[in-house]
Amino acid sequence: MSSLWTIVRKEWKLYFVTPAAYVVLALFAVIAGFFFYSMLAMYVMQSLGGGMFGQGSLDVNSQVLQPLFFDIGITLLFLLPMITMRTYSEELRSGTIELLKTSPVRRMEVVLGKFLATFGLLILLLIIAAGYVLIVVHYGKPDLGALWAAFLGLLLMGGSFLALGLLISSFTRNQIVAGVVTFALFLLLWVANWVTAYGSGTISGIFSYLSITSHFQNFTQGLIDVKDLIYYLSLIVGGLFLTARRMELAE
Amino acid sequence: MLEVVHLTKQYGPKLAVNGISFSVKKGEIVAFLGPNGAGKTTTMRMITGYLPPTAGEVRIEGIPIRQKPIEAKRRIGYLPELPPVYPEMTVEDYLHFVARLKQVPGREIKARVERACARCALADVRRRIIGRLSKGYRQRVGLAQAILHEPGLLILDEPTAGLDPRQSNETRELIRSLAGEHTVILSTHILSEAAQVCERVIIINRGELVAVDSPENLARRVKNTDTLLVEARGPAEAVARALGAVPGVAAVAPRAGGDGVAQFQVEAKGADVREALARAVVNGGWGLLELKPVELSLEEIFLNLTAAPAPAAAPGRP
Repeated sequence: MSSLWTIVRKEWKLYFVTPAAYVVLALFAVIAGFFFYSMLAMYVMQSLGGGMFGQGSLDVNSQVLQPLFFDIGITLLFLLPMITMRTYSEELRSGTIELLKTSPVRRMEVVLGKFLATFGLLILLLIIAAGYVLIVVHYGKPDLGALWAAFLGLLLMGGSFLALGLLISSFTRNQIVAGVVTFALFLLLWVANWVTAYGSGTISGIFSYLSITSHFQNFTQGLIDVKDLIYYLSLIVGGLFLTARRMELAE
Repeated sequence: MLEVVHLTKQYGPKLAVNGISFSVKKGEIVAFLGPNGAGKTTTMRMITGYLPPTAGEVRIEGIPIRQKPIEAKRRIGYLPELPPVYPEMTVEDYLHFVARLKQVPGREIKARVERACARCALADVRRRIIGRLSKGYRQRVGLAQAILHEPGLLILDEPTAGLDPRQSNETRELIRSLAGEHTVILSTHILSEAAQVCERVIIINRGELVAVDSPENLARRVKNTDTLLVEARGPAEAVARALGAVPGVAAVAPRAGGDGVAQFQVEAKGADVREALARAVVNGGWGLLELKPVELSLEEIFLNLTAAPAPAAAPGRP
């Protein structure tokens, strides 16, 4: 078990001795901040107008927070491949994988360690996002339960991205290839449910199930469904398991 | 200490390593000698558990590495061809990481890192970032990493490749000084290096074990057929005829020459024909410019050894 933390610590050291992690964190803060500002500005404008035209009361949850969580999800879609693309590719390229594979460590410990390290970075990103959400909590009256659900959704979705990114990174020593393939896969998973718009039947049902978005939607609405939990957890466990298998067989 | 039994690695239809068996006793220094692509690295990677073998077994202190990888790997220190360092880390951070990875007990880590730094002469670069170190220093960091947990078995893949002559000499010295505590297997494609450092040489060519012997015996066996280079100033044909007439000479093959200078490769059978050759040239009234034994290239040594009858490969094996 201690080997697991050795790996986590090493990964974190490498994140923070280079500018990589700082850049990702800072840019995320800027982008999420911009999304937050524009949602809020729109909401404020509508609530002023709404008062005039006698519309029903506005809902902070559905008009500010739900779209914000969605946009944060999209931002993660862009940023997480850049975090996972080096995890294994760099070790394969530089030969440090030989050190890891000839040390008295279980492969699963290495895979899990790398996953937890990237997951830690994801948590840092979500803490930044939580800062913005706290502003809404302070000034408005959002449904707190829905907020927790949305953050759980972001963690699970981000975790699935990370596990898949790790797996893809274990297949190539080229970081760019790993990054691009990971990004393409994320994007496909994100838009897979579009088929439901123009098709029906089994196939569109399958695509809709595969889509990361349709599962995420429930969380942003405050719904925690076992079906969605199983979807994300199986992506994470499957990704990590396959990565470990891959490392066992790889040259 | 180490037993390798019928180790085989197959990549698709290609046999990279074909049924290699040998054993190494505690405290020995053994060299893997072979040209590039002979299967040295593949063999070492299978011994360290990096690559799963297609067939065969590796036992370290009696522990089979396939069945008990954690137990066996604890007893191995491995320096791959490229030192497995993280260029962004400092030497000290890196060695601490490796110590934890190798499961050195927490309270001993500091002392072990200290010791490894001292033995590999790294004390003055401990706080430097590895990426900024010279190749020689990086290699020493790689060595420090391998000996850090004081393993019984050290496996070094071309430890002197890419170093300048002074650095490779220092590295060889270092390896020899390690021999007391560790059993060492190193690979090289330089015969003289193997002869300098090792007590026993394992020769591999095209994935097969060609010979296991001491460097002295190998040198003797290789010198059985004397090949000499003769350079003389004179007409090529007449000189060749005169050389061919010397008793004991089996063949005379012309080599590059020109400018009135003729070069020949002379194969002698058994007897030392050097004096007779010199006399033949001088008697002919030509100038003898050079007469020396031809150093066999590694590839030629293999051809020689593989051509030798099978029993010749047996002596010297424990």
